[in-house]
Amino acid sequence: MIEVHDLTKRYGDQTAVDGLTFTVKPGIVTGFLGPNGAGKSTTMRMILGLDRPTAGTATVNGRPYEDHPDPLHQAGALLDAKAVHTGRSAYRHLHALAATTGIPKSRVDEVIDIVGLHQVARKRVGGFSLGMGQRLGIASALLGDPDVVILDEPTNGLDPEGVLWIRNLMRDLASQGRTVFVSSHLMSEMALTAEHLIVIGKGRMIADTSVSGFIETAANESVRVRSPHANALHDLITGPGTTVLSVDRGLFEVTGMSAEDIGDRAAAAGIPIHELTVVRPSLEEAFMELTKDAVEYQSTLIGEAR
Amino acid sequence: MTTATLEPVATARPRKRVDQARVIRSEWIKFWSVRSTVITLLVAVVLLIGFGLLASSMFGDGSEPGGPPGNEPTDPISASLTGTNFALLAFGTLGVLFMAGEYSTGMIRSSLAAVPKRLPMLWAKIAVFTVVVFTVALAASAIVFTAGQAIIGDGGASWSDPGVTRAVVGTAGLLTGSGLLGLGLGALLRSTPGAITTLFGVMFLLAMVAALLIPESWSDAVQYLPSEAGNAFTAVTQADGTLSPLAGLAVFGGYIAATVGAAAWRIKRSDV
Repeated sequence: MIEVHDLTKRYGDQTAVDGLTFTVKPGIVTGFLGPNGAGKSTTMRMILGLDRPTAGTATVNGRPYEDHPDPLHQAGALLDAKAVHTGRSAYRHLHALAATTGIPKSRVDEVIDIVGLHQVARKRVGGFSLGMGQRLGIASALLGDPDVVILDEPTNGLDPEGVLWIRNLMRDLASQGRTVFVSSHLMSEMALTAEHLIVIGKGRMIADTSVSGFIETAANESVRVRSPHANALHDLITGPGTTVLSVDRGLFEVTGMSAEDIGDRAAAAGIPIHELTVVRPSLEEAFMELTKDAVEYQSTLIGEAR
Repeated sequence: MTTATLEPVATARPRKRVDQARVIRSEWIKFWSVRSTVITLLVAVVLLIGFGLLASSMFGDGSEPGGPPGNEPTDPISASLTGTNFALLAFGTLGVLFMAGEYSTGMIRSSLAAVPKRLPMLWAKIAVFTVVVFTVALAASAIVFTAGQAIIGDGGASWSDPGVTRAVVGTAGLLTGSGLLGLGLGALLRSTPGAITTLFGVMFLLAMVAALLIPESWSDAVQYLPSEAGNAFTAVTQADGTLSPLAGLAVFGGYIAATVGAAAWRIKRSDV
């Protein structure tokens, strides 16, 4: 369990994190979403006591992370795949971290196997690819068999096989009752793994919601209907609360009425239906819609910039 | 690659706590698992022994005495320990690398996530560094003194001569202390080049510059500079205008304590 209360971080007159309050619950994967520069990494670093908050508190399993006598067992984190001495081997890196908490060497071998690095474990980390570095970071996060797992952009630099592996790993960890808190700037990625979402932009809270709730509120579902008797059907489904948009000849987009409802009414009136499709805007579109005002680095089309 | 399954939280193995001894063990592993630190340690030993033997072989044979220009050894003990200043470069660099390397590579974030109270990591680094470097430097000083005197032969000193033990042990202390200064500067400045430059400036240039710039009436202040204080407890014979060995040791130790104290303050307070 991670509890963040009124957490604020200022660098000079720049506010990176602005009064965030949220709880990350065990047993599910919680996605931490926001555009680049939204303050996700800073928040995660404050949870782990690496950055000192300007104001507010962050606790892990009921206490500030640094107050735990056995921090690696409480929370494991992948914050930065580069948080490794490049001159040391992956095995020695993990061994040195494990030694601080009396974690046995057998566990080091175990996590190396879990992340699939056994063939390169004795090689210097400096020669690792980004994907191998991510795997090593995940190995160090799992080292203490922690209750809370914090992963900052874990899929960065991973190949599709690696991305799938991370997804399953996160679900496994959550199903074992652990708290899994994972950041991403890709909504589509989160929709596949997370159950709950915390969305921030410019350091402020935008949404703290279940994934399905997010999809409902952020995206209006519509139904596409195609029928040879368009006019008759149009009369049948027009009413208060529904919007019918004519897209093409004999093709409507209906919002405010379910596909079942439309189909039932058409059947009752004997109107043939050639297509009945539920249309959901892509999650990425919904996410961009939600965070468009909070994007730190807005790109401009070349034409617009002039 | 692999998709191993993890056992449930309920069956988690026994959990141990972070304590100072474990953090020292971690730093011990870190020290020996990076090639550059081991190489620097070897270079330091080679410099200390190599220059000592060279200067000893030239001592008293009528040729120009060995050692850095303007600092030629005048006694057989100093001759055999001529390599001290060169070894100081290497041990100082080693101290800087051991600490600043954490920052330059980003390792510090992993280290402090494991030891979030932070200061145990600094104490552990100091403990490991002191034990390793003092042991190595003491062995190397003793070897080069013994071998150097054997080369010098008749005019050489022996272990029973006054001031010899102090000079040999003091040399190891000076080298270890300089490394600790480097370690503290590394934590304070978080930059390998910055800390190395500062350390070498303080140990080699400051006294020279101060002697030129400080007015005559203040010239007593020069003896309190780190390099001069360090010389005070390693020299066999005390020159005029230098501190007593004990005072020198105290002043030098004071600089180390101040640097390490400032480093501790910075480590505890700052973001990483």
